[in-house]
Amino acid sequence: MAGHRAGQHLDIRLTADDGYRAERSYSIASAPGEPLAITVERLEDGEVSPYLTRELRPGDKMEVRGPIGGYFVWEPAMGGPLLLAAGGSGIVPLRAILRYRANLGSQVPVRLLYSSRSWPDVIYRDELSRPEAGVAVIQTLTRSHPDDWTGYTRRVDAAMLAEVAWPAADGALAYVCGPTSFVESVAAGLVGLGYPAGRVRTERFGATGQ
Amino acid sequence: MGPFEGGALEDGVLDGNAIGGMLMSLFGTDMTAARGVCGHCGTVGQVAELAVYQSDLGTVVRCRTCDGVLMVFVEVRGVTCVDMEGLASLA
Repeated sequence: MAGHRAGQHLDIRLTADDGYRAERSYSIASAPGEPLAITVERLEDGEVSPYLTRELRPGDKMEVRGPIGGYFVWEPAMGGPLLLAAGGSGIVPLRAILRYRANLGSQVPVRLLYSSRSWPDVIYRDELSRPEAGVAVIQTLTRSHPDDWTGYTRRVDAAMLAEVAWPAADGALAYVCGPTSFVESVAAGLVGLGYPAGRVRTERFGATGQ
Repeated sequence: MGPFEGGALEDGVLDGNAIGGMLMSLFGTDMTAARGVCGHCGTVGQVAELAVYQSDLGTVVRCRTCDGVLMVFVEVRGVTCVDMEGLASLA
Protein backbone atom coordinates (compact mmCIF):
# COMPACT_ATOMS: atom_id res chain seq x y z
CA MET A 1 0.00 0.00 0.00
CA ALA A 2 1.32 3.44 -0.93
CA GLY A 3 2.39 5.91 1.77
CA HIS A 4 -0.37 7.96 3.30
CA ARG A 5 -0.94 11.62 4.17
CA ALA A 6 -2.06 12.97 7.54
CA GLY A 7 -5.87 13.10 7.60
CA GLN A 8 -6.59 10.36 5.05
CA HIS A 9 -8.81 7.31 5.53
CA LEU A 10 -9.19 3.71 4.39
CA ASP A 11 -12.25 1.82 3.19
CA ILE A 12 -12.62 -1.65 4.67
CA ARG A 13 -14.99 -4.11 3.06
CA LEU A 14 -16.10 -7.32 4.70
CA THR A 15 -17.84 -10.12 2.82
CA ALA A 16 -19.85 -12.70 4.75
CA ASP A 17 -20.00 -16.39 3.76
CA ASP A 18 -23.40 -15.76 2.15
CA GLY A 19 -21.97 -12.96 0.01
CA TYR A 20 -23.42 -10.10 2.07
CA ARG A 21 -21.02 -7.19 2.02
CA ALA A 22 -20.52 -4.24 4.32
CA GLU A 23 -18.10 -1.38 3.80
CA ARG A 24 -16.96 1.33 6.21
CA SER A 25 -14.39 4.11 6.19
CA TYR A 26 -11.80 4.40 8.98
CA SER A 27 -9.44 7.30 9.42
CA ILE A 28 -5.73 6.54 9.52
CA ALA A 29 -4.40 7.17 13.04
CA SER A 30 -0.68 7.00 12.33
CA ALA A 31 1.53 9.72 10.90
CA PRO A 32 2.98 9.53 7.40
CA GLY A 33 6.12 7.39 7.56
CA GLU A 34 4.77 5.27 10.41
CA PRO A 35 3.23 1.82 9.91
CA LEU A 36 -0.38 2.13 8.84
CA ALA A 37 -2.76 2.11 11.82
CA ILE A 38 -6.47 2.73 12.16
CA THR A 39 -8.48 3.30 15.32
CA VAL A 40 -11.88 1.61 15.45
CA GLU A 41 -14.62 2.69 17.84
CA ARG A 42 -16.82 -0.31 18.58
CA LEU A 43 -20.50 0.41 18.04
CA GLU A 44 -22.39 -2.44 19.73
CA ASP A 45 -25.12 -2.41 17.08
CA GLY A 46 -22.65 -1.94 14.23
CA GLU A 47 -22.04 -4.39 11.39
CA VAL A 48 -18.32 -3.92 10.93
CA SER A 49 -16.75 -2.48 14.10
CA PRO A 50 -17.70 -5.44 16.39
CA TYR A 51 -15.99 -7.77 13.93
CA LEU A 52 -12.87 -5.62 13.65
CA THR A 53 -12.55 -5.18 17.41
CA ARG A 54 -13.53 -8.68 18.62
CA GLU A 55 -13.20 -11.27 15.87
CA LEU A 56 -10.34 -10.17 13.65
CA ARG A 57 -7.09 -12.09 14.21
CA PRO A 58 -3.57 -11.66 12.83
CA GLY A 59 -3.44 -13.44 9.48
CA ASP A 60 -7.10 -12.82 8.63
CA LYS A 61 -7.65 -11.25 5.22
CA MET A 62 -9.94 -8.38 4.33
CA GLU A 63 -10.46 -6.01 1.46
CA VAL A 64 -8.86 -2.61 2.03
CA ARG A 65 -8.96 0.38 -0.30
CA GLY A 66 -6.84 3.48 0.16
CA PRO A 67 -5.27 5.64 1.39
CA ILE A 68 -8.08 7.97 0.35
CA GLY A 69 -8.48 11.73 0.35
CA GLY A 70 -6.70 14.81 -0.95
CA TYR A 71 -8.87 17.43 0.75
CA PHE A 72 -8.95 16.64 4.48
CA VAL A 73 -5.15 16.45 4.74
CA TRP A 74 -2.48 18.60 6.34
CA GLU A 75 1.03 19.14 5.02
CA PRO A 76 3.66 21.22 6.85
CA ALA A 77 3.85 23.60 3.88
CA MET A 78 0.23 24.57 4.59
CA GLY A 79 1.43 26.14 7.84
CA GLY A 80 -0.84 27.26 10.65
CA PRO A 81 -1.70 28.04 13.31
CA LEU A 82 -3.96 25.01 13.35
CA LEU A 83 -7.34 24.71 14.98
CA LEU A 84 -8.34 21.07 15.23
CA ALA A 85 -11.90 20.27 16.32
CA ALA A 86 -13.06 16.71 16.91
CA GLY A 87 -16.36 15.14 17.90
CA GLY A 88 -16.04 11.54 19.14
CA SER A 89 -13.89 9.37 16.90
CA GLY A 90 -13.37 12.42 14.69
CA ILE A 91 -10.21 12.73 16.78
CA VAL A 92 -8.50 9.97 14.77
CA PRO A 93 -7.41 11.87 11.63
CA LEU A 94 -6.51 14.86 13.80
CA ARG A 95 -4.30 12.59 15.92
CA ALA A 96 -2.48 11.63 12.72
CA ILE A 97 -1.91 15.35 12.06
CA LEU A 98 -0.62 15.87 15.63
CA ARG A 99 1.76 12.92 15.37
CA TYR A 100 2.99 14.09 11.98
CA ARG A 101 3.65 17.56 13.39
CA ALA A 102 5.55 16.04 16.35
CA ASN A 103 7.62 13.67 14.19
CA LEU A 104 8.61 16.52 11.90
CA GLY A 105 9.59 18.75 14.81
CA SER A 106 7.16 21.33 13.43
CA GLN A 107 6.64 24.44 15.56
CA VAL A 108 3.20 25.20 14.11
CA PRO A 109 1.00 26.21 17.08
CA VAL A 110 -2.05 23.98 17.55
CA ARG A 111 -5.24 24.21 19.55
CA LEU A 112 -7.28 21.01 19.73
CA LEU A 113 -10.90 21.20 20.85
CA TYR A 114 -12.20 17.70 21.50
CA SER A 115 -15.79 16.84 22.39
CA SER A 116 -16.70 13.46 23.91
CA ARG A 117 -19.76 12.14 25.73
CA SER A 118 -17.94 11.13 28.89
CA TRP A 119 -14.42 10.52 30.20
CA PRO A 120 -14.39 6.79 29.31
CA ASP A 121 -15.33 7.78 25.73
CA VAL A 122 -12.20 9.93 25.30
CA ILE A 123 -9.88 8.31 22.77
CA TYR A 124 -6.08 8.76 23.25
CA ARG A 125 -6.64 9.92 26.85
CA ASP A 126 -3.03 9.40 27.96
CA GLU A 127 -1.50 10.89 24.85
CA LEU A 128 -3.68 13.98 24.99
CA SER A 129 -2.86 14.55 28.67
CA ARG A 130 0.81 15.02 27.67
CA PRO A 131 0.65 17.24 24.59
CA GLU A 132 3.78 18.32 22.74
CA ALA A 133 5.09 21.86 23.21
CA GLY A 134 2.96 24.27 21.23
CA VAL A 135 -0.14 22.10 21.38
CA ALA A 136 -3.05 23.10 23.62
CA VAL A 137 -5.70 20.46 24.28
CA ILE A 138 -9.13 21.68 25.35
CA GLN A 139 -11.78 19.08 26.06
CA THR A 140 -15.50 19.10 26.67
CA LEU A 141 -17.58 16.23 28.06
CA THR A 142 -21.17 16.58 26.96
CA ARG A 143 -23.09 13.95 28.99
CA SER A 144 -21.23 13.23 32.18
CA HIS A 145 -17.91 14.15 33.71
CA PRO A 146 -15.73 13.19 36.68
CA ASP A 147 -16.22 15.22 39.86
CA ASP A 148 -12.83 16.87 39.53
CA TRP A 149 -13.29 17.75 35.84
CA THR A 150 -12.09 21.23 35.01
CA GLY A 151 -12.84 21.26 31.26
CA TYR A 152 -16.04 22.25 29.50
CA THR A 153 -19.23 20.28 30.13
CA ARG A 154 -21.46 21.17 27.18
CA ARG A 155 -21.67 20.76 23.45
CA VAL A 156 -19.40 23.00 21.44
CA ASP A 157 -21.17 26.32 20.86
CA ALA A 158 -20.33 29.77 19.57
CA ALA A 159 -19.25 31.04 22.99
CA MET A 160 -16.86 28.10 23.47
CA LEU A 161 -15.38 28.59 20.02
CA ALA A 162 -14.88 32.28 20.72
CA GLU A 163 -12.86 31.32 23.82
CA VAL A 164 -10.88 28.48 22.30
CA ALA A 165 -10.34 29.22 18.61
CA TRP A 166 -7.50 31.35 17.27
CA PRO A 167 -8.74 34.85 16.46
CA ALA A 168 -9.72 35.06 12.80
CA ALA A 169 -6.99 37.67 12.27
CA ASP A 170 -4.36 34.97 12.97
CA GLY A 171 -5.25 33.33 9.68
CA ALA A 172 -5.60 29.88 11.24
CA LEU A 173 -6.35 26.77 9.25
CA ALA A 174 -9.15 24.68 10.79
CA TYR A 175 -9.83 20.94 10.50
CA VAL A 176 -13.20 19.80 11.80
CA CYS A 177 -14.12 16.11 11.96
CA GLY A 178 -17.01 14.32 13.61
CA PRO A 179 -20.68 13.54 13.25
CA THR A 180 -22.52 15.78 10.80
CA SER A 181 -24.31 17.88 13.46
CA PHE A 182 -21.01 18.54 15.26
CA VAL A 183 -19.24 19.56 12.05
CA GLU A 184 -22.10 21.80 10.96
CA SER A 185 -22.23 23.70 14.24
CA VAL A 186 -18.46 24.09 14.57
CA ALA A 187 -17.97 25.13 10.94
CA ALA A 188 -20.80 27.64 11.12
CA GLY A 189 -19.43 28.95 14.42
CA LEU A 190 -15.96 29.48 12.96
CA VAL A 191 -17.37 31.32 9.97
CA GLY A 192 -19.36 33.42 12.44
CA LEU A 193 -16.04 34.33 14.12
CA GLY A 194 -14.71 35.52 10.78
CA TYR A 195 -12.86 32.44 9.51
CA PRO A 196 -13.01 32.40 5.70
CA ALA A 197 -14.93 29.28 4.60
CA GLY A 198 -11.93 28.24 2.54
CA ARG A 199 -9.80 27.97 5.73
CA VAL A 200 -12.17 25.45 7.33
CA ARG A 201 -11.82 21.86 6.14
CA THR A 202 -14.46 19.41 7.19
CA GLU A 203 -15.10 15.68 7.28
CA ARG A 204 -18.44 14.27 8.40
CA PHE A 205 -19.35 10.76 9.37
CA GLY A 206 -22.17 8.72 10.80
CA ALA A 207 -22.93 7.35 14.25
CA THR A 208 -20.36 7.80 17.01
CA GLY A 209 -20.00 9.19 20.54
CA GLN A 210 -19.27 12.91 20.81
CA MET B 1 -16.76 27.54 -1.94
CA GLY B 2 -16.63 26.46 1.65
CA PRO B 3 -18.63 24.19 3.84
CA PHE B 4 -21.47 26.47 4.80
CA GLU B 5 -22.56 28.55 1.90
CA GLY B 6 -25.34 26.07 1.37
CA GLY B 7 -27.81 24.84 3.94
CA ALA B 8 -26.67 22.95 7.02
CA LEU B 9 -26.65 19.19 6.63
CA GLU B 10 -28.70 16.98 8.89
CA ASP B 11 -27.33 14.04 10.86
CA GLY B 12 -27.08 10.96 8.70
CA VAL B 13 -26.08 13.04 5.68
CA LEU B 14 -22.40 12.67 4.84
CA ASP B 15 -20.03 14.65 2.65
CA GLY B 16 -17.89 13.89 -0.36
CA ASN B 17 -15.04 12.50 1.75
CA ALA B 18 -17.26 9.47 2.31
CA ILE B 19 -17.24 8.55 -1.38
CA GLY B 20 -13.54 9.29 -1.89
CA GLY B 21 -12.72 5.60 -2.13
CA MET B 22 -15.43 4.83 -4.65
CA LEU B 23 -14.46 7.86 -6.74
CA MET B 24 -10.81 6.82 -6.62
CA SER B 25 -11.78 3.38 -7.91
CA LEU B 26 -13.82 4.92 -10.72
CA PHE B 27 -11.48 7.76 -11.74
CA GLY B 28 -8.12 6.31 -10.74
CA THR B 29 -7.17 9.36 -8.71
CA ASP B 30 -8.33 11.35 -5.69
CA MET B 31 -11.44 13.36 -6.52
CA THR B 32 -12.29 14.80 -3.09
CA ALA B 33 -10.19 17.91 -3.78
CA ALA B 34 -11.67 18.28 -7.30
CA ARG B 35 -14.17 21.03 -8.02
CA GLY B 36 -17.62 20.32 -9.38
CA VAL B 37 -19.92 22.84 -11.00
CA CYS B 38 -23.63 22.31 -10.35
CA GLY B 39 -25.53 21.95 -13.61
CA HIS B 40 -28.70 23.30 -11.96
CA CYS B 41 -27.57 26.51 -10.24
CA GLY B 42 -23.92 26.92 -11.23
CA THR B 43 -22.49 26.74 -7.71
CA VAL B 44 -18.85 25.65 -7.65
CA GLY B 45 -18.01 23.29 -4.82
CA GLN B 46 -15.27 20.93 -3.78
CA VAL B 47 -16.36 17.32 -4.01
CA ALA B 48 -15.42 16.83 -0.33
CA GLU B 49 -18.05 19.43 0.60
CA LEU B 50 -20.97 18.07 -1.40
CA ALA B 51 -23.93 16.46 0.37
CA VAL B 52 -23.87 12.66 0.18
CA TYR B 53 -26.90 10.48 0.86
CA GLN B 54 -26.09 6.78 1.16
CA SER B 55 -28.55 3.92 1.33
CA ASP B 56 -28.61 0.23 0.49
CA LEU B 57 -29.93 1.21 -2.94
CA GLY B 58 -27.04 3.49 -3.83
CA THR B 59 -25.50 6.90 -3.34
CA VAL B 60 -26.96 10.28 -4.28
CA VAL B 61 -24.80 13.41 -4.29
CA ARG B 62 -26.55 16.78 -4.06
CA CYS B 63 -25.60 20.45 -4.42
CA ARG B 64 -25.32 22.25 -1.06
CA THR B 65 -26.91 25.37 -2.51
CA CYS B 66 -29.90 24.25 -4.59
CA ASP B 67 -30.22 20.61 -3.45
CA GLY B 68 -30.14 19.50 -7.10
CA VAL B 69 -28.95 15.96 -7.81
CA LEU B 70 -25.37 16.04 -9.13
CA MET B 71 -24.35 12.38 -9.20
CA VAL B 72 -25.98 9.01 -8.63
CA PHE B 73 -24.06 5.77 -8.07
CA VAL B 74 -25.74 2.37 -8.08
CA GLU B 75 -23.87 -0.91 -7.80
CA VAL B 76 -25.49 -3.79 -9.67
CA ARG B 77 -23.87 -7.22 -9.49
CA GLY B 78 -20.43 -5.77 -8.86
CA VAL B 79 -20.69 -3.09 -11.57
CA THR B 80 -21.04 0.54 -10.49
CA CYS B 81 -23.44 2.53 -12.69
CA VAL B 82 -22.68 6.26 -12.64
CA ASP B 83 -25.05 9.11 -13.57
CA MET B 84 -23.35 12.52 -13.53
CA GLU B 85 -25.91 14.38 -15.59
CA GLY B 86 -26.41 16.99 -12.84
CA LEU B 87 -22.80 18.17 -12.99
CA ALA B 88 -21.85 20.85 -15.50
CA SER B 89 -18.19 20.01 -14.97
CA LEU B 90 -15.83 18.15 -12.68
CA ALA B 91 -12.14 18.97 -12.64
